[in-house]
Amino acid sequence: MTKYILKRILYLFLTLFIIASITFFLMKLLPGTPFTNQNRLSHEQLAIVKAQYGLDQPVLIQYLRYMGGLFQGNLGTSFQFNNEPVTQLIGQRLAPSMQIGAQAMIVGTVLGILLGAFAAIRKNTWVDTLATFISILGLSIPSFVLAVLLQFYLAFKWHIYPVALWDNFQSSVLPTLALAALPLGNVARFMRTEMVDVMSSDYIELAKSKGNSSWQVVTKHALRNSLIPVVTIIGPMAVSVMTGSMVVENIFSIPGIGEQFVKSITTNDYPTIMGLTIFYSFLLILVILIVDILYGFIDPRIRLGNGGKE
Amino acid sequence: MEQTPQIPKEKFKMIHEDDNQEQEKIGTPSLTYLQDVRRRLLSNKVATVCMVLLSIIVLISVFAPIVAPHNPNEQKVEYANLPPKIGEANIPGFNGMQKRGGKVVNAYKEVGAPKGTTYLLGTDYLGRDLLSRIIYGTRLSLIVAILATLVDLIIGLPYGIISGWKGGRTDIVLQRIIEIISSIPNLIVVILMMIILKPGLASIVIAIALTDWVTMARLIRAQTFQLKEQEYILAARTLGESSTKIATKHLIPNLSSTIIIQTMFTIPNAIFFEAFLSFIGIGIPAPNASLGTLLSDGQKAFRFLPYQMWAPAIVLSIIMIATNLLGDGLRDAFDPQSSD
Repeated sequence: MTKYILKRILYLFLTLFIIASITFFLMKLLPGTPFTNQNRLSHEQLAIVKAQYGLDQPVLIQYLRYMGGLFQGNLGTSFQFNNEPVTQLIGQRLAPSMQIGAQAMIVGTVLGILLGAFAAIRKNTWVDTLATFISILGLSIPSFVLAVLLQFYLAFKWHIYPVALWDNFQSSVLPTLALAALPLGNVARFMRTEMVDVMSSDYIELAKSKGNSSWQVVTKHALRNSLIPVVTIIGPMAVSVMTGSMVVENIFSIPGIGEQFVKSITTNDYPTIMGLTIFYSFLLILVILIVDILYGFIDPRIRLGNGGKE
Repeated sequence: MEQTPQIPKEKFKMIHEDDNQEQEKIGTPSLTYLQDVRRRLLSNKVATVCMVLLSIIVLISVFAPIVAPHNPNEQKVEYANLPPKIGEANIPGFNGMQKRGGKVVNAYKEVGAPKGTTYLLGTDYLGRDLLSRIIYGTRLSLIVAILATLVDLIIGLPYGIISGWKGGRTDIVLQRIIEIISSIPNLIVVILMMIILKPGLASIVIAIALTDWVTMARLIRAQTFQLKEQEYILAARTLGESSTKIATKHLIPNLSSTIIIQTMFTIPNAIFFEAFLSFIGIGIPAPNASLGTLLSDGQKAFRFLPYQMWAPAIVLSIIMIATNLLGDGLRDAFDPQSSD
């Protein structure tokens, strides 16, 4: 297991290195300039500004410098947002994104498990149909469509939640709901399939024939065993929640990293784009890694699948 | 030893050959695999409805120049932000009435539009017909999705077949490449590509296809691995068929169900990414509309003109739901064991 984890961590850094390099050279290929008022600058001024950002050096030197900085956790300085270091920019905006992301994952997963379990227990009844319908809606409707609709009804028309603001828990409810739909649909569907399988297995029959109440059978035997495979889809789901959060943060004007990313794209702020790209990739790969390792601990068969060696 | 009791001869009866045949006869006509798939698909009501719905949407998009009542990019600023109106019918929400400054007025009369003027879904802030824009937007979204899926196939299919067929070192190298590509989040690749390429249809297609082919290649590879152990492939090899011929003649027909199912899941994915990119403003450039840009415009105006948000939201949701459900239906039809 230790070897497996170490190998995966090594892969993580290798992938990050490749992503950082690709991003760097892609940014160098970009046409245009990050300085909005370049035409008004004289040659000397431009030279000074370029020197300030190290843009007067050969590309290779710039690359080595950037990678060197990366190893020390330095992502460069933003061209646009008050020349702030990118790391600082990310740091300030991490909390809101993390909060709505985590809330959405928790709400979506818990509700999804309940919905899927109910659908499986009441298989082929109206409960099942309704649950399937809800999970298809959650899976299909893009989070930004949902966000727009929630904002219109719950915030603008009925004044239950703020339209767009970021101060207390209230303001995080709508973005959380918009983002929770996808994990909800995903988990509910997965859970239903698993649970239907488990409910028809021998040990459930045995538990039933021993005279356990159906409630006991479900909570003690069926639910637990159906939950294990659900862990596998948490990684990909976290990825899609982060995707959605980029535009949902924009809709609700939440000062998070997603909103910052979109803003940097529209203003050609290369260091911030690069920094956030690397940071996003890091987060996503890390989440998938953690989920894989967790799964290995929960279900020992995974380790066996790895050549049968520890 | 006891003697077996004698059975009188008259108890025996001659069975006619015809009686037997009647029972053994196969009553239902034998179905080929594809006929079977079609039967299963059509017996799935939800999938059938989705198929009909999608066919209608596709037809409308194909014939957009004929179907659309107005030019989608023609601006009539004097007719800006008119509410929906269906002829002279007095349907609430579709009668051209609008709340302005606390009282309901006939918006069409206010701007002095001639009597016959109707915009079925109203107009946007530049006086462009919303219905026409949605029709053209849907067309664009579908074009992006279909092209992206095609590119996906063009890269993913040969990649998967070669990887699965050759095996060994080739396979290891090709799979490592896939591993690295798939560990970079889709969204990041798409956005980076969009920043570098010029905004437009081609770049969106390239950006989406670049990330999506990996799944296709993986599935095809796994399937090829299974197929190449089959007897008919062995027979073809023994008879001296070339690898290319085996791939086109034997592998691809047997891979078709995997391809069709995966394609049905790639399409909504591509539609989502296109709408996503257009929504955050790096997708289809103005003045052309896509469902994403329309929704984004609608969201900005929804305080006073909610109809501008509703229409694209509903159309986009319907397309996404229908493609997903049809994909499920196709999977169940092609592979009945996959459903529980």
